[in-house]
Formats: sequence, structure tokens, C-alpha cells
Amino acid sequence: MSWFKRKKAGILTDRRDQNDVPEGQWIKCPECNEILNRRVLVDHAMVCPLCGHHNTMSSREYFDLLFDDGVYQVYDENLYALDPLDFTDRKPYAARLTEAQRKTGLNDAARAAMGTIGGHRISVAAMDFSFIGGSMGSVVGEIITRAIKRAVAEQVPLLVISQSGGARMMEGALSLMQMAKTSANLTRLDALGLPYISLMTHPTTGGVTASFAMLGDFNLAEPNALIGFAGPRVIRETIGQDLPPGFQRAEFLQDHGFLDAIVDRRSLRETIIHLLDLVLEPARR
Amino acid sequence: MATSSDRYLLDFEKPLVELEQRLDEMRALDARDPETDLSAQIASLEERVEELRASIYRNLTRWQRVQIARHPLRPYTLDYIDALTDGFVELHGDRTAGDDPAIVGGLATFKGSRYDGQDQTVMVIGHQKGRDVASRKHRRFGMPNPEGYRKALRLMKMAAKFGKPVVTLLDTPGAYPGLEAEERGQAEAIARNLFEMARLPVPIVVVVIGEGASGGALGIGVGDRILMLENAWYSVISPESCSSILWRSWDYKEEAARALKLTASDLIQHHVIDEIVPEPIGGAHRDPATAFRNVGRAVARALNELVRLSPPELLDARLAKFDRMGAYQVTGDGATQGGANVRVNL
Repeated sequence: MSWFKRKKAGILTDRRDQNDVPEGQWIKCPECNEILNRRVLVDHAMVCPLCGHHNTMSSREYFDLLFDDGVYQVYDENLYALDPLDFTDRKPYAARLTEAQRKTGLNDAARAAMGTIGGHRISVAAMDFSFIGGSMGSVVGEIITRAIKRAVAEQVPLLVISQSGGARMMEGALSLMQMAKTSANLTRLDALGLPYISLMTHPTTGGVTASFAMLGDFNLAEPNALIGFAGPRVIRETIGQDLPPGFQRAEFLQDHGFLDAIVDRRSLRETIIHLLDLVLEPARR
Repeated sequence: MATSSDRYLLDFEKPLVELEQRLDEMRALDARDPETDLSAQIASLEERVEELRASIYRNLTRWQRVQIARHPLRPYTLDYIDALTDGFVELHGDRTAGDDPAIVGGLATFKGSRYDGQDQTVMVIGHQKGRDVASRKHRRFGMPNPEGYRKALRLMKMAAKFGKPVVTLLDTPGAYPGLEAEERGQAEAIARNLFEMARLPVPIVVVVIGEGASGGALGIGVGDRILMLENAWYSVISPESCSSILWRSWDYKEEAARALKLTASDLIQHHVIDEIVPEPIGGAHRDPATAFRNVGRAVARALNELVRLSPPELLDARLAKFDRMGAYQVTGDGATQGGANVRVNL
């Protein structure tokens, strides 16, 4: 972390629009078991102030945290999954979709927005693990692709926040092809010399890691996030032995050369601003 | 080559092979004894063999096709290279960590003139499975480590440097899910290939010759034309793993194969592939020469079309091709739009 200078301590985001947090809601930290007021957690970007455990955040919470003054425009909220394979396992895919939409209030597992971060106009896409494990089907692939295309069209940087179990099985090869579609579009951003920041959060695995998530100019991750291609259970079964502690965690990936930096969420916004400032020169604010 | 190898018989092939054996016996009997004339019986049995063959292979289930795609005698990448090219020089190593025998590649002369095309130098790269216990283990059952993808990328960049087209052959049960593979960046290696193949300024023809499992297959599968053998399969996950995750049991592989719509005829409907390459009846392993000829023709035709395009034309078309992939709906004004293959069925 030494190459990111922390300019200000504490949280920079204006949280006025988040005062809908009910008082008296207590949450037990899954890591250190401390009982925390939800309000306290929200003020610390859902990071446990005692042990630093990063609780999962939704796309909306990331947008609120990162965009200047919490102001941004959301795009492509009118995209919905189809069921192109008429897929049924123990439950029909169509029913899974309806249920996930009802439970999460989301259309699918990714959302995209534009706004400014540190005065830099930027295209951002973020995934939601709560929607069928953050799996990537046609809608997620299209939303990421459109976020890339907006960055290309406006000639602005791109940030993608990943949180996914991988490609969505229920759309078969069409899900697989979203890996190629998103990666192919990144070549156009690259050709314009525009920065792409990829943030991998817990967990980022499978086809998402093996496509746009690993292709950042800057590959960042949150502390202790699980990041990998194959899932730990599959690897354990393949090699027939237990996995070493810390395997496939962000720190492991940084040690092996696949991450530029591990960033505490409480300094994520300033880290992103710092990188954009360095690459683009400070924007006029 | 397969007809004599009963130990590799698939369940649904057995009645056919039994009938073929009776036919052989009758022919032998007829030849041995000039006194008896069995030609009428032979002709009738021949007819029954053909009928049975047609009825079995016309109605293959998806799971049966998966079994054909995995047949131990099915032609592999090096068999295609041997049949379709001259002077193959295998090029080893990723110049970083090692050489992965699960992916082979090198320069060769594609004998296009045999298939109404042109002889030309190509970079040919493919997953490689082994034929016996030792070579299967050596080649890790065709499951690459990151070094395999990085070697493939090195060779593709070399092809671009020399202006040679790339032909890739896909046949893998998946990228190797090992501890070292993760340490050395399996995900990054595959991602990098998707990115670089999308902008490689020479034609890329992809042929799914056997198993096309997940990112392990796609890692050498981005191209201008995606061809697929009739009995190959290609999907986001293998039927077994899909069964294990979604049904929480390994016993639903047939249902998973059906649900995943992973055959060539499924995938052409969803525009994931461009062309189905027909196999000889019974599968490529029953008559490899026919399979080689059909693949040779399809590759020659694709190359003929692609070599006429300038690099920018090639790359724009390649991006547009993958941009169209997917099925989703756009709501709002009630209109549905998006990719060319959007289907509304809600």
C-alpha cells in the first residue's frame, strides 16, 4: 500500500442519502464476533472497525461510496434475462430469476453507472453477489460490455467491481461467450490509452476472474477476498489434499504477482482518485 | 479403427456391433463354403445393419454425443495436424515457466489445395489428450495449466508477426483445477488470451473437435469462424460438474447434458458457432479419414474467405460477432431488441 498516499483520514463520502439505516439494528461481525450497530458499519463502508473484516456491499453501496457526492446516473436498468435454453435443474431457471428479482430488487447481477470520481468522469459497473451468486449470464455480459462502450464513446476511464461465482450455468455456452464479449470490448478501451481499474471483491471466481476481472491496467482487490479460477472444493478434490491457509485469498494473489494492490475499502475512493490523477493528471474540479 | 476394439464400445453402439459381427461371420461362412449361397441372407442383414445404424445415430441424445466426443479412439489434435498439414514443427514452451503438453502448437503447411483451397503456412494450436495411461497422465487428460495458454498466446503473436493465419482445435474437459495452476494464474492466462485473440490481426479459425469445456476451451477459442464437429460438445461447464453443483449429486449428468444444450445443433441456433462439420455416421472415430476431409474442407473454405479481409475489417467483424452473443430483453417501451439472436419467450 505504500505507493498510495492517503490524503485524508476517514470516510470521504457524503452519506446524507443513506440515513435510511434503521436505528437499533445490531450485526454480529462474522470474523471477530463483535456486536456492531449497523450505523457504525455503514459509516465504515461496511468494514468492521475492530477487525477490518470487509462485509459484502451491493452495487448501490459501491456507487454511493465512490462517486463524488454520491451522485451518479444508472444505465441499462431495462435489461432482463431471458431463458434461452429453457433450462431446468431442480428448479426452472425462469423461477430462479423471478425469485432472485423479488428477493434482491435487482434486475440481474450487475449494474452500471456514470458520474465523476475525484472530478474524473468515469464509467463504472458493479456486480451483486446476492443475485444468483453474482453469476454472469447474457445480461451481466451486456451490462459490462455497455459500460465499456460508454467509456470508449466518451473517452473516459472504466472501473469494474467484481463479485461473482463465475459464469451462469443456466445460460450454457451463451454465458461462456460473455467472457469473450467483455474481454474483446476491453481491447477498444486499451487502444484509446484509457485506464481500466478492476476491483475484485469477495468472492471473484470462475469465468469472471478469467475474463474482464483479471484484465485491469490496475488489478485491485479488497483484503482477504477469495479470488481464483477453480473453486476451492474442486481443487481439493482434484489434488486430494487440504489447501494451504490463505490459498486464493487476495494476499496470496498479490504474492504470486496477479494484483497491483490490496486496498482497504475505507481508502478505496482515494486510491482510485489517486490512480486516475496519476494517469490522467488531476482533473479541473 | 474402432470396429475391432470392443472394449471401447459405448452402450448404445453394442446392438449395432453385435449385428455387424453376425454379418461378418455370415460373410466368412459364405466365402468358406462354395456350396452354400448366403447372399440373400447377407443382403438382408446388411440392410438391417444400415437401418439400425441410421436409427441409432439419427436419434442420439445429448449425453450420447458427449460420450462420442470423449470416445478414446476419437481423433485428437495431433491426428488432425498429421492428416491436414505437412511439415509440422512443434514449438514448445511459454518462455516463462515451462512447456505444457496439454496444449500443442506449431507452424505447418495446411494442405488446402486438397480441399479446394490453397496450401499455406498456418499456426496450428490445440488441446492434446493422450492415448494410453502414460500419455494421458503426461498430457493431463487435455487439461492445460497456465503455461499452455501462455504458450498458445506466444505462438499466436508469432503468427501475427509473420502474417500467418491461426487454426485452433478445441478438445478439453476444462482447464486444470490444480493448486499450482491457481498459483501461476490460470484465470489471468485465460483472460489474457481472450483479450489478445480479440485483437490478433490475422485470421483465426476455431474448430471444436471433441470436448469444449468452459474457459479451458474458450482460452484458445476466440476467432473469426467457429466450426464444430457434429458430435462435439461445447458449454460453460461439463455435464458432471453441472450435475454436482445444481443437483448436488453426480448422478444427473444426462439431465445436465440435456439442460445445457451443448451440442453443435443447439449452439448453431444460438449463434455461438458458425458451422457444423458433419461426422461420418457413428462418429469421427469410426472413419477418421472422412472426419479429416470434412474438417479440411471447412477450414479451407473459412481461410479462403478470411484472408481477403484487411486486419481492421477482420477485427471489426470479430468484435461484432462476439458482441451479438447473448440473449436478453430490453423492456420499457415494450420493444425487445439487442443481439441478433435475442429470443423472447417469457
